[in-house]
Amino acid sequence: MSKKVLDLVQTTFSDDVIYSHSRLGNDTVVVKRESLVAIMEFLRDNDATKMNFLRDITAVDYLHRTPRFEVVYVLYSMDHKHMLIVRVPLNEDDVQIPSVSHLWGCAGWLEREVFDMYGMIFTNHPDLRRVLLYEEFEGHPLRKDYATQASQPRVELLKPERDSVEEFLHFHKDKDQATGSRVAE
Amino acid sequence: MAEDILKSIDQDIHTEPMILQMGPSHPATHGTVRFTLTLDGETVVKCETEVGYLHRGFEKEAENSTWTQVFPYTDRLNYVSPVLNNFGYALAVEKLLGIEVPERCNYIRTIMGEVSRLSDHLTCIGAGALELGAMTAFLYAIEGRELVWDLIEEVTGARLTVTYGRIGGVKDDLTPDFAERWKATRERLLEIHATTDKLLTRNRIFLDRMEGTGVITPEAAVSYGYTGVTLRSTGVAYDVRKDHPYFAYDKVDFDVPVGKHGDNFDRYLVRMEEVLQSIRIIDQCLAQMKPGPVNSDDPRVVLPEKAKVYNTIESMIQHFKIIFEGIQVPPGEVYSYTEAGNGELGFYIVSNGTGKPWKIHVRAPSFIVMGGIHKLFEGSLLADIIPTFDTINMIGGECDR
Repeated sequence: MSKKVLDLVQTTFSDDVIYSHSRLGNDTVVVKRESLVAIMEFLRDNDATKMNFLRDITAVDYLHRTPRFEVVYVLYSMDHKHMLIVRVPLNEDDVQIPSVSHLWGCAGWLEREVFDMYGMIFTNHPDLRRVLLYEEFEGHPLRKDYATQASQPRVELLKPERDSVEEFLHFHKDKDQATGSRVAE
Repeated sequence: MAEDILKSIDQDIHTEPMILQMGPSHPATHGTVRFTLTLDGETVVKCETEVGYLHRGFEKEAENSTWTQVFPYTDRLNYVSPVLNNFGYALAVEKLLGIEVPERCNYIRTIMGEVSRLSDHLTCIGAGALELGAMTAFLYAIEGRELVWDLIEEVTGARLTVTYGRIGGVKDDLTPDFAERWKATRERLLEIHATTDKLLTRNRIFLDRMEGTGVITPEAAVSYGYTGVTLRSTGVAYDVRKDHPYFAYDKVDFDVPVGKHGDNFDRYLVRMEEVLQSIRIIDQCLAQMKPGPVNSDDPRVVLPEKAKVYNTIESMIQHFKIIFEGIQVPPGEVYSYTEAGNGELGFYIVSNGTGKPWKIHVRAPSFIVMGGIHKLFEGSLLADIIPTFDTINMIGGECDR
């Protein structure tokens, strides 16, 4: 059933698919980074694929291999009940990858985790911050060259104004006008 | 006339948003998570979620353990239903190894998994009621959980951190009197279910707090990656047990309850119905299962019997190699998924052909729900956060890993 999806992606994007396989019931396409957003959009909107559910985004660090990293997207279709894994190889010296946060609601959150753990830079991401670790953390712990017992520098206490209303308004002044104060006309 | 006066007063009052830090340790949010709320009066305008207070580096730790040593770590993911995590992980590694477990093992996994799901749902219902002030319902639900945990304790030897799963099987067979004990537990669970139902389902206060709060549409729920009860309450009948059966779920008959409105009350109702469905599944499994081996007979994966280890050199070597070098999993990667208490629990594992996993990634349902939880909060009242957060049933261990 899902073989059809694999063939469809391969014929539609024949230049952008590096290779594909379906081992262990996981249909996988490895695609180029440049065409990732186009392929993902096609997979989501095409009636034959209809991958309306993004299960997961993660990355793998293969360390002694070039390209070193791979970002993995696990897609699923609630209507057709099939899944597809999309993988994007990334070189060590250029870890930028376009964000797909405009396609699925949860993508932005999951990309933050990949950024947190592997340091991938998702371009066009609306809010790329660490999610599980704190912002002063140095390095990206799930990279294989991050030592398990590595220590972290001591973090200074937060400045008192960090959570103040002024700072919040400054941060959100062009985002959310509705929260501003009401002024008499 | 009166409107004009009120209007002018309204315009003259200088108001500004209030920032409220909710959490990380809020008495009404089980699990440490911080919400930075922007309030307009009592209405939540904006919610920023911050997770990670319970981060212990599960994935990094797993990379430095053998495949078998990962089991105790998986216990601590969703610590209310650890057995489900054990089996989810075991299934993923078995897919990579390409081994099948015996039929009896599949039944045991189904039974113990459902027993564990009962504890998850009962805890969620009870704690949810408690945080709305219904202490009585909480005590009934927790009594049910205690009974369930007694069963789990008898079979696995522990109540919470059970480490019951093994690659290629389970730690031990069910105890001989398990069916009998289940019969007694089952009766009491049904009584507890009926009592909780009577106490809560038509309770005016409970209804006022739950109905129409924390609403999410099916489209938004799918887009935000919601699974499990949270998704099913919106009407999307996605259940891994039904859509992609594993273990013995294809041999038993059960329904997938769905909601209609996607609000807190629907999530509560779906959980209540799933309790009954779990009991139904366990009954059928116990009736169907036959005696037999509980572990795979693959010598690369399963430890030999103790008597053989002490008396034959081959078994001793085999035992030594599995313990010290770990199970040798062929290189490759697989995404394997099961239905856990809160939704789809996925494991993306990568092996490089050695005794230690190269990478284990957990698709934790709670973590993904937290990514879209502002959708449920924004626009509703501050007080509605409490029931919403309860019915979402965020488990910190799973969310932060």
